Amino acid sequence: MFGKLGLSAIPYHDPIVMGAVGGSILLAVVILALITYYRKWTILWKEWLTSVDHKRIGIMYIILALVMMLRGLSDAVMIRSQQALAAGMSHGFLPPDHFNQVFSAHGTIMIIFVAMPFMVGLMNIVIPLQIGARDVAFPFLNSVSLWLTTAAALLVMVSLGVGEFSKAGWSGYAPLTELKYSPGTGVDYWIWAFQIAGVGSLMTSINFLVTILKMRAPGMTLMRMPIFVWTVLCTAVLMVLSFPVLTAALAMLTLDRYLGMHFFTNALGGNMMMYTNLFWIWGHPEVYIVVLPAFGIFSEVVATFSGKPLFGYTSMVLATMAIMVLSFSVWLHHFFTMGASPNVNIFFGITTMIIAVPTGVKIFNWLFTMYRGRIRFTTPMFWTLGFIMTFTTGGMTGVLLASPPADFVLHNSLFLIAHFHTMLITGSLFGYLAGYAYWFPKSIGFTLNEKWGKRTFWSWLIGFCLAFIPLYVLGLMGMPRRMVHYDNLAWQPYLIIAAGGLALILIGVLCQTIQLVVSIKERHTARDLTGDPWDGRTLEWTTASPPAVYNFATTPEVHGIDAFTDMKEKGITYLKPDRYHDIHMPKNTAAGFVNGILSFIFGFAMVWYIWWLAAISALGMLVSVIIRSADDDTEYTVPAAEVERIENLHYRELATAAAMSRPTGE
Amino acid sequence: MNKKSDWVFIGLLSLCTAFFLGGCSDILLLNPKGPIGDAERFVIIASIALMLIVVIPVFIMVFLFPRKYRASNIKATYMPKWSRSGKIELVIWLVPTIIITVLGILIWNTTHRLDPYKPIDTGVKPINIEVVSLDWKWLFIYPDQNIAIVNELVFPANVPLSFRITSDTVMTSFFIPQLGSQIYAMAGMQTRLHLLADEPGVYAGQNQQLSGRGFADMNFKAIAVSREEYKAWVQKVKQSADKLDLARYEKIQKPSSDYPVSHFSSVKPDLFDYIMRKYNETMDMNPGAMNEESGSMHIKTGALEGS
Repeated sequence: MFGKLGLSAIPYHDPIVMGAVGGSILLAVVILALITYYRKWTILWKEWLTSVDHKRIGIMYIILALVMMLRGLSDAVMIRSQQALAAGMSHGFLPPDHFNQVFSAHGTIMIIFVAMPFMVGLMNIVIPLQIGARDVAFPFLNSVSLWLTTAAALLVMVSLGVGEFSKAGWSGYAPLTELKYSPGTGVDYWIWAFQIAGVGSLMTSINFLVTILKMRAPGMTLMRMPIFVWTVLCTAVLMVLSFPVLTAALAMLTLDRYLGMHFFTNALGGNMMMYTNLFWIWGHPEVYIVVLPAFGIFSEVVATFSGKPLFGYTSMVLATMAIMVLSFSVWLHHFFTMGASPNVNIFFGITTMIIAVPTGVKIFNWLFTMYRGRIRFTTPMFWTLGFIMTFTTGGMTGVLLASPPADFVLHNSLFLIAHFHTMLITGSLFGYLAGYAYWFPKSIGFTLNEKWGKRTFWSWLIGFCLAFIPLYVLGLMGMPRRMVHYDNLAWQPYLIIAAGGLALILIGVLCQTIQLVVSIKERHTARDLTGDPWDGRTLEWTTASPPAVYNFATTPEVHGIDAFTDMKEKGITYLKPDRYHDIHMPKNTAAGFVNGILSFIFGFAMVWYIWWLAAISALGMLVSVIIRSADDDTEYTVPAAEVERIENLHYRELATAAAMSRPTGE
Repeated sequence: MNKKSDWVFIGLLSLCTAFFLGGCSDILLLNPKGPIGDAERFVIIASIALMLIVVIPVFIMVFLFPRKYRASNIKATYMPKWSRSGKIELVIWLVPTIIITVLGILIWNTTHRLDPYKPIDTGVKPINIEVVSLDWKWLFIYPDQNIAIVNELVFPANVPLSFRITSDTVMTSFFIPQLGSQIYAMAGMQTRLHLLADEPGVYAGQNQQLSGRGFADMNFKAIAVSREEYKAWVQKVKQSADKLDLARYEKIQKPSSDYPVSHFSSVKPDLFDYIMRKYNETMDMNPGAMNEESGSMHIKTGALEGS
């Protein structure tokens, strides 16, 4: 009846795991209790869970990312404290079985459930606004993507208390992930979490590809798109092309594990090298998938706060496209040590190094955007400067690792760990945090507290350096990644410093939480009345903060790269149209949420071999999609009078803002 | 940027320097003991030096530009429209391209020279060693001497080592950092590696690729000795009462951590090839798991022969 699931699946005996489970459940209960106490269930359901509004979906994605980041960071705390302790005779506090789960979960969560949703969240909030659209191309699909990703994240969380998580690393190399070497349910949780989230990401990418190509405001030619839109377009192309490879690789691994096939096994014709190739054909573009939009954010931020257009727009676009194309020709650099011939290694080594050229160009473009500008040092600008500095060193170590002879000694060492954390923390996360601070007023309606924002930045930057510079040194000292304990006592001091660095990062997270609380308290004084708190350059700043549900009452017309700056110069901002028209908007629907729930049940049932439940939930997903497809009544109308009322409210806000700024006289 | 941030930066820089100056001999990769590791260290240092041509200007600009063009500095030139310059764009595309070209040439040459499959030619006959990675231990077979040893590698300095490497478990990576290159060990396949130690010494050897519960215990000592000591050592191993036959191998092969260093005075002939074949000739060599399929295959073959 319940497959492999029994009471023995719950790890009662492990105090650390049970503590984490207890903490998570307690937190969930508190949140549910608060929702009930304040009677917010109806609002939550009607306005959020069933919403197809890109702005709300974006916010929910970012909440998911921030919550999962706490989980990923707790894993990081366990890794760093274990390695700081487990030198020589000491074996630390985590047994290998547990430690291996911790770092596997850390990698999976940080890539799939923090970087991806944070990025997709920002995309959702910003892209339709930047291109002057009312929503994404497929609002319902957008809701399905969100709930699939959330279901997958929930699956990872459940693995904490029911069964176990994978012990084979986030990259899940075969044959370690085959049934023979990993008989538990851990790898299955990993497979289904990856698979469900992967399908969600694929849908998102199709959605944004179509949105950007088909829904731009009149006049916004491709070469007039804001750079963030360009980077998201390239990311969407990468996702469309690479995620199916991951899906296929995981499907083959699933067939191996569930039906005794031999795609990646040691014997009977299986080939583990094929898995490694397929994984990285997705895995390397994935790095650029999460990095490119961050590059876009930095481009927006640096231009806005330097009070200048971005330097070398065309170069920037070309560089982004070059990275997009090249990223598919470099995957083998993840395994130079697998015994390929020198010519093969050289090919992939050189293609990898070539990527450094467009990336270098981008760095110089940002620098020359600041050159002869009027730079305002806001929190997003701090993140950008911190990024340029650290990312350059990360790029340098990346080119180093692209050289096969250097990689022969640095591969799978902590040097590699330090390198890709530099790329992913400063390259992606700093970008998302810059975007968070930059677009927060747009999506919520008030600006964030700057003092706590900068404290967050400094804690992160210094903590990051302390946590990862020692790892570069440890790599040169020959320390492999993923060691649960080690005999070489010379490594320990560096690992202790790295743990200290992580402590500082945690202080950064605390500062960010305080920032949010303080900002909510000060929300009435920090209210963004104009919708343009930073003297922005692109279309999203023409709308109210937060924007009306339809974004734009009249579709804007675009005449240049920085569309809003252009309007400001011509003095045609905030023009009142002669008359308003009815606006058709998509209706909210529960189908996306229901699909998410069903996919979670499906994943859980597959993990535990509960076949009847898997069949029912799969059927349920199919039926819910068919029902929704057959529904013709998916739109509602915002009448012109209502539009006028909402717009007049904003004009009143603008007038208030103008009155407030006049007496002090700028 | 303000004063405070400058101090933070200086602090971080000096911290980095302190890291590198402290304990140089512990930084194994910068302290290699053989020609392969030596050449790889050269590639690392040369690449970093070349890249600093771009990295240092970036560092200077990222401090200079924000400081000079801060909004409060009204004296600085402000060009709110300036966003392109052919000259600057030419330089920022060209300089990285040149550096990458030079680096490309460097890796073209060194990758060919440091191909792990390429024998090291010193005029001395190399020593053949067969490496089998197991859960979670290393088996080293010396086919020419017909001896074997678990979890310790002994070899003469200044004699090239020619490794054949396979795995009787998941994928692992065979690595002696101070000698240079690592290479994966994979079941049913052999990879090759050639190394040489310049001087006698005890070097750390390890598995560099996660392989399950006992991964962190897959360490061994790689002991380089003089040629005389090596000969004496071979003789000593030959005196050992233990022999590595199939039954004994099956015992060693069972998953375990911290397996003691064990010497074997003789080895089942072609044990290495036997271990590799286990995964390829599945019909006869892998009894148990797939009896049914192999049975039906036999019938089919028989039918074919009959017709």
